Amino acid sequence: MRYFYFPGCTLETKAVGFNRSAKDAAGALGVELVTLPEWNCCGATFPLSTDNVLDLAGPARNLVSTAEAGGDTLAVACATCFNVLRRTNHFLRNNPETLEKLNAFLERPQPYAGQVEVRHLLDIFVHDIGLEAIRQCAVPGLRGLRAAAYYGCMLLRPAAEIALDDPERPDIMDQLLAALGAEVVDYPHRGECCGAYLTVKSPEASMPMSYRILSAAERAGAHVLATACPLCQFNLDWLQARLRQQYASYRPLPVLYFTQLMGLAFGLDTSGYGFEQHYVDPRPVLTQAGVLGEVKAP
Amino acid sequence: MPAKTKAHRIGLFVCHCGLNIAGTVDIPQVLDAFKDAPAVLVALDYKYMCSEPGQELIRRKIAEEKLDGIVVAACSPTMHEATFRRNAESAGLNPYRVEIANIREQVSWVHAKDPDAATRKAIEVIRTIIEKVRYDEELLPFTLPVVRRALVIGGGIAGIQAALDIAEAGFPVLLVEREAQLGGRMAQLSGTYLNFESAGDLLAQKLDALRARPEITVLTESEVESLNGYVGNFTVRIRRRGEDQVQEASVGAIVVATGFDLYPMKQLPEYGAGAVPDVISGLEMEALLRPDGPTGGRVLRPSDGRPPKEVVFVQCAGSRDPEHAMPYCSKICCMYTAKQARLFCRQSPDGQAYVFYIDIRSGGKGAEEFVQAAMEEERVLYLRGKVSKIFRDGDKVIVWGADTLSGQQVEIAADLVVLATAVVPRADARDLAQRLRVGTDAHGFFNEAHPKLRPVESLTAGIYLAGAAQGPKDIPETLSQASAAAAKVLSLFSRHELVQEPTIAWVDPELCSACQLCVPACPYEARRPHPWKPLVTVNAALCQGCGACATVCPNKASKLRNYTPEQVLAMVDVLFAPAKAQEGA
Repeated sequence: MRYFYFPGCTLETKAVGFNRSAKDAAGALGVELVTLPEWNCCGATFPLSTDNVLDLAGPARNLVSTAEAGGDTLAVACATCFNVLRRTNHFLRNNPETLEKLNAFLERPQPYAGQVEVRHLLDIFVHDIGLEAIRQCAVPGLRGLRAAAYYGCMLLRPAAEIALDDPERPDIMDQLLAALGAEVVDYPHRGECCGAYLTVKSPEASMPMSYRILSAAERAGAHVLATACPLCQFNLDWLQARLRQQYASYRPLPVLYFTQLMGLAFGLDTSGYGFEQHYVDPRPVLTQAGVLGEVKAP
Repeated sequence: MPAKTKAHRIGLFVCHCGLNIAGTVDIPQVLDAFKDAPAVLVALDYKYMCSEPGQELIRRKIAEEKLDGIVVAACSPTMHEATFRRNAESAGLNPYRVEIANIREQVSWVHAKDPDAATRKAIEVIRTIIEKVRYDEELLPFTLPVVRRALVIGGGIAGIQAALDIAEAGFPVLLVEREAQLGGRMAQLSGTYLNFESAGDLLAQKLDALRARPEITVLTESEVESLNGYVGNFTVRIRRRGEDQVQEASVGAIVVATGFDLYPMKQLPEYGAGAVPDVISGLEMEALLRPDGPTGGRVLRPSDGRPPKEVVFVQCAGSRDPEHAMPYCSKICCMYTAKQARLFCRQSPDGQAYVFYIDIRSGGKGAEEFVQAAMEEERVLYLRGKVSKIFRDGDKVIVWGADTLSGQQVEIAADLVVLATAVVPRADARDLAQRLRVGTDAHGFFNEAHPKLRPVESLTAGIYLAGAAQGPKDIPETLSQASAAAAKVLSLFSRHELVQEPTIAWVDPELCSACQLCVPACPYEARRPHPWKPLVTVNAALCQGCGACATVCPNKASKLRNYTPEQVLAMVDVLFAPAKAQEGA
C-alpha cells in the first residue's frame, strides 16, 4: 500500500523521532509513505481562525499537489497538521465558491475538486492494515508495558469534520496499543485539552490541565502515555519538571508518540527515535517493562 | 341524483377579513372585474364574511337571486369551508356547489409587499374557482354505520384512563398491552409530586376500577399487528406473544397511548455512556425510591449497595441539546428531579443533593413552591449550569460542571449521579404509526391534528392520542388528555352512523379497461378489481378523495367527484386565456 505522506514542519525539526518512527512503523506494515513533493506548512492555527480565504491557500496547496501527483489520499502523522488539512478539505468541499476562488488564485492546470482524502496514520493502520495484521507484526510486542492512550483535541474535534472517532469516548489508539501487546489502561481524560499554546505565555494555566491528564493516567497504572501530537507531547513532557515542584506526590510519566511504541513492538532499530531528547527519559521505564533492550547512560 | 346542469346563477362573496385581505387586495377592483362576468349574478363584499351578518347576507342573496352556486373569496378552505357550506345548505343550496377561493393565505399574506400583484392574483384565483363551481355536481353525502367498540393501545395510566371513561359510558373496550402487566411507566414510579403520594397506590385505584368494568377486555402480552378500515369501522389484528394465532376485531375508534422511553445513557458518552454503575437514569432512581422496589425504598448505590452521601442530579441530560441529542424540553424532569432530591434528603439527613439545571421549568399550580421547598427545607443545592463530564475515580463519581451564577467551574466527588435523561418516543413508535397510518413528528412522537385546536386527535379520522406517546407530559396532563380522547370517542359513539363526504373517486365503467394501475396507487386500499367484470371498483367508505387514482388512470376512467379532468382543464383555460373562455361561454 502506498500513500502520499505529509510530515509537517514539527516532524522535520523538533519531532524527528515521531517522523522516523512513523515511517519505520509504516514500512514494517508494508505501507509505503511517499513524502509529498514540495509540501508546505499546513498553516497551523491560522488558516481556520479567520474568514480570510487566502489563508486557506497554504493548506489547500498541499491538497492540490496530492491530486496533481495522482494521489487520492494524503497521510498525516501530526495531529495538528491532520486537523488543519482535513478541515480545510472539508471546508472546500462544502463551499464551492471559496474553492473556485482558490483554484483561480493557485492557477494550477487542473482545478481542485475536493477529491483527496486527508487521513491520519492511526486511521490507515487500524482500518486499512487492520488490527490482526498489526498483532502479527508485533514481535516482540509490548507485553509488560502498561500504556495510556491520549488523544487531545486535534484528533477528535470538531467531530463532524474530523470523524476519526467518538470525541467523548475515543478508542482507536487504545485498540492499536492493545494490538501491539500493551496493557491499555482506562482513565477518563483521553480527550481533555493539555493546555496547548498556553504553555508559552501562561504555563500556570496549562499546568493544571496537563497535571490532570498525567496524574489520572499514572493513577490508572500507566507506565507511559501515548500521543499523536507534537504540541501535546511537548506540554505533557516539558511541564513535568514544574509539576514535580508543584505537587508533592507527583510521579513522572514518560510521554511517547504512538509510532515510537509501534517501532518498539515491531522490534525495529529505535536508535533514531530521539528517546534521549525527551524531558522525562522513557528508557528506564521501557527497559524495566522489558520492551527496550539496553539503556545507554544518559 | 347529481344534477348534470352547469351552475349558471353564481354569487361571488369577497371577504375583507378585516385588513387581513382588504389591507393588501384592492377589493373594489376585484368586484369590478366580475361585474359583467357571465353567470355571475351577484358580486358583493363584506368585512367578515364568516360572521353572522356575513352569513346572513349570503343566505339572503341565495334566496333572492335563486343562486345555484357560490364562491366565497376568503381564507383557506381548511378554516371555513365547512361553515360556508352549512350556511348555504340552510338556504337551500347544495353544499357541494359552494367553493372557497383562498385569497388570504395564498394571496394577501404572501404578497403583502406587492398589493397590485396581489389584486391581480386574487382576481385570477377567483376566476378559476368560479369556473370550477360551474361544473360542480350537486352531490349528496352518504352514511356509514359506526361500530361502537373502542380499541385502546397501551395499558399505562393513559390507556387505563381512556378505557375507563369509554367503558363507564357503556361501550365495550379492547385494551391491548405489550407487557405482561398493566401499569406502564406509572408502575415504575415512587412517590409523585406534589404531595409524595405513592404512584403505586394511585395506580392500584385505577386498576381496581378497571377490573370492575365488564365492558373492558384486557389483552396483555399482545400487540397490534395491522389495521384496516376507516373511522367507525376498523378491523384490527392483534397478536399475542408466543402464539401463532391472530385475533381479529372490529372497532369504531382507537386511542393510541403507547407511552415513552428514556434517551439511552449509552448515547451520552460524556456522562459515562452508561458504563459507570453509580450513574443512573431517573427511572432507575425511581426504582431505588419505591417501597416495593429492589432496595425496599432505600437509596443504595448499584456498585456496592452502600447508601450515598453526595448525590448529583443532572437535568436536561439529552434534552435541550440540538447538537447532540434531543432539541426539546422533556418537561417532566424539573419536577421529578426536585421530588427525587427531596425524597433522598428526607431519608438521608446527613446527605447532600445537588441539582445542575439550565432553567427551572416549574409551571402550574404548586409546582414552583415544591421546587422552592426543595431548596429551603431539604437544602438541595441548585447549581445553574451544564455538566460537561462525568467519570469514575475510585469509588467516587466525579462530576465536572459550571456554576454560571458564580462564574465558577465546579467539581463534585459524588457517590451517586442521577441523569434526568430525555423523554423520547418508544423505539418502535414509528412502526406502529405506519401500521395505523397516523403521522409522527421528527422525533417519533405521534402527531396531533392541530397543535392548538385539535390536540388529542390524529390526522386520521377515528384515531385519537393520549399521554406521552404524543409528547412528554406528566401524570395529571396525561389523564386530562386520556379523558379528552375518550370524550372524542364517545361523541363518535353517540351516533349510529357517520356522514361521509361524497367528494370521492368513482370509476366510469365505459372507460375502465381494468389495467389495475390504480390499485397500488391508492394509499387507502380503497380499490379492488371487480370479481368478474373487467373493472376496478371503489370502496366508498375507504376512499378519502385524494385523487391518486385519477392521476394514474390512463383512460381517465377514474375520476374524483367535483374534481374532474374537464373541470380542471376549464379552470386552466380561464386562467391562461380568460378572454377566450369568456367568449366561448
